[in-house]
Amino acid sequence: MEPTEAELIASVLKGDAESFEPLVQKYSPRVFATARRYARRESEIEDIVQEVWLKAFQKLKSFRGEAPFEHWLMRLTVHTCYDFLRAHQRNREAAFSELSEPETDWLERFVHHPADAAEHADAARQLIERVLEQLSPAARLVITLLEIEDRPVKEISRLTGWSVPLVKVRAFRARAEMRKILANIAKEKYL
Amino acid sequence: MDLAELNRKLIAAARANPPSQRVPFAFEKRIMARLTRPLVPDYRALWARALWRAAAPCVAIMLLLSAWTFFAPAGSASGSDLSQELENTVLAAVEQDSTADWSR
Repeated sequence: MEPTEAELIASVLKGDAESFEPLVQKYSPRVFATARRYARRESEIEDIVQEVWLKAFQKLKSFRGEAPFEHWLMRLTVHTCYDFLRAHQRNREAAFSELSEPETDWLERFVHHPADAAEHADAARQLIERVLEQLSPAARLVITLLEIEDRPVKEISRLTGWSVPLVKVRAFRARAEMRKILANIAKEKYL
Repeated sequence: MDLAELNRKLIAAARANPPSQRVPFAFEKRIMARLTRPLVPDYRALWARALWRAAAPCVAIMLLLSAWTFFAPAGSASGSDLSQELENTVLAAVEQDSTADWSR
């Protein structure tokens, strides 16, 4: 019979580091998917995930076992991604005149025939990534968790460590920031 | 341009394309190798870091002392007084002995 998560964690805490491997194997796909929401380059994504696991190993003593290990790990992942965004926020300046041809075409189609601009198009995905990169770290985190991943405010509060009112305030600001960025696109392209 | 509709479409686009859960080959092995690697302190790096940290305070002290020697009012007699007092102190015993010899 395979050991349970609690047994594996207890074993790691007793000094058997090898017991950590099944946990890494089980949860790495989820951590990678989360990291891919905030970083684009594969090398950056791997750095984030590696940092998450190193932190998880070092801080395992602080895991009390009251909530599932996955929740604790996802909180750590979100914090690490937020730190990554804050460390790289200088790189988020990019002009919208640099839009690729498919992105420009998609926008043109949206302006003239909004119903024809498909949400599943690659160009739309690239465009939203570009918009998200322009957001401040807190705004990007909130928009991703609240609007894209559709998580409730309470869960976002638990994941980020922010209070519920703070999440609401940041969500309000993030939406305003996003509207401003979209207005800038419209101004640069169509005025 | 309907910005609210654009916002809705772009968010829908992001939702429709969830990120991949792909894990690079043998990634967990790499993590485990990193975690179980014995920690050998790099003494050269430790020394280099300590010296770099010490450099700034040393420069600050040097600048302060330079400024002090440059701007402090030069006391003309104080230097000679000090050397005179030192000489008197050192030679006091000799002088005492010699006085004693002469008195015999």
